[in-house]
Amino acid sequence: MKAKSLVILAGAIVGISAIILTLYGNPANMGFCIACFIRDTAGGLRMHNAGVVQYIRPEIIGLVLGSFIVALAGKEFSPRAGSAPASRFVLGFFMMIGALMFLGCPLRMMLRIGGGDMNAIVGLVGFTAGILAGIGFLNKGFSFKRAYKISKADGYIFPAIQVAMLVLLLGTPALLAFSEEGPGSMHAPVAFALVGGLVVGAAAQKSRFCTAGGIRDAFLLKDLTLLIGFISVILVVLIGNLALGSFHFGFEGQPVAHSDGVWNFLGMALVGLAAVLLGGCPLRQLILSGEGNIDSVITVVGMLIGAAFSHNFGLASSAQGPMFNGQIAVVIGFVAVAAIGFLNLQGRPEKGDA
Amino acid sequence: MLIDARGRACPEPVLMTKRALDSNSQGIEVLVDNITARENIRRFADNLGYQIIVDKKGEDYLLKLFK
Repeated sequence: MKAKSLVILAGAIVGISAIILTLYGNPANMGFCIACFIRDTAGGLRMHNAGVVQYIRPEIIGLVLGSFIVALAGKEFSPRAGSAPASRFVLGFFMMIGALMFLGCPLRMMLRIGGGDMNAIVGLVGFTAGILAGIGFLNKGFSFKRAYKISKADGYIFPAIQVAMLVLLLGTPALLAFSEEGPGSMHAPVAFALVGGLVVGAAAQKSRFCTAGGIRDAFLLKDLTLLIGFISVILVVLIGNLALGSFHFGFEGQPVAHSDGVWNFLGMALVGLAAVLLGGCPLRQLILSGEGNIDSVITVVGMLIGAAFSHNFGLASSAQGPMFNGQIAVVIGFVAVAAIGFLNLQGRPEKGDA
Repeated sequence: MLIDARGRACPEPVLMTKRALDSNSQGIEVLVDNITARENIRRFADNLGYQIIVDKKGEDYLLKLFK
């Protein structure tokens, strides 16, 4: 019961923060988007040159630091590494490719559903299909094997990098790229975004909120706890959008979205599959990074590089629709992720001790 | 029977517990090293009607599941 209340509360906090950040300047249905914000950050650091998506997003900094602080306080900061880091890098990379095909991570998919964007329902169906495929791998004995404890100092590096990013953003903006138009130019004030990230990061750490975990656990374990958090976010955002007049039902003309159903489905299916093999969605990877999980740090770095590739090689979709190169990249992604899945089948662990 | 689920990413500790209970329905012991796994297994055991006792072993947790 306690776990359920915690995750409902976390979902509500995520939803309310998203509504507030959108109200104060973030793009529509993009109060939070882990994929978009990592992509914007890659642009802000000039890792790609797509002028419309360049801005170091303080939300990302806040999410990692919020998780880090709460994990430290709750004695859950526990640096570890060594569970298939190179495979995780590749999964992070293609999780980003899939998300930028759809134009959003699973969290933004939920916000888009709450804003009336029916393309996101198509994305949800794809996401669920990808998760079911991932469950297939788990049931066949997929495992990245265990991680090991490492020095505390190593766990401090990624949070320290977030502090460095904040210093760069506030202290040396001349070094960075800032969008003058497009989604990257639309953002809430730094303080709002940072606090929003901190609060959501703290809530997500405490509640173990995970957008992929909800659907996964419902099918795999008949446990609805995390799924209740998922629904809680959508309901809160739906109510917020209805109250503020920002609910727009339909497929066409949705903000920072396209209506190519096949590729919305496939993009999110790739995200769902990769997320199950990784053991958590893009948001959860950031939260685990804050707890000292270096395998998750590697995953986030994979996402960052994936975002840079997406915009350097014309893979990411735009409001006009998917790009041909992006479609090829998603297909390659399915092949790569499935290969990683098959190569890590450990034989059916009869007694659970494989 | 003792299951070592230390260092395993979500949802593996629960899956390992589930598989072990399939063949040892009377009860098992599971060793985990983080609170997420501990709580997930506790919830899973509760749902199946198992009693659970948690022992802290250094930085790890030994969970004893029994009917």
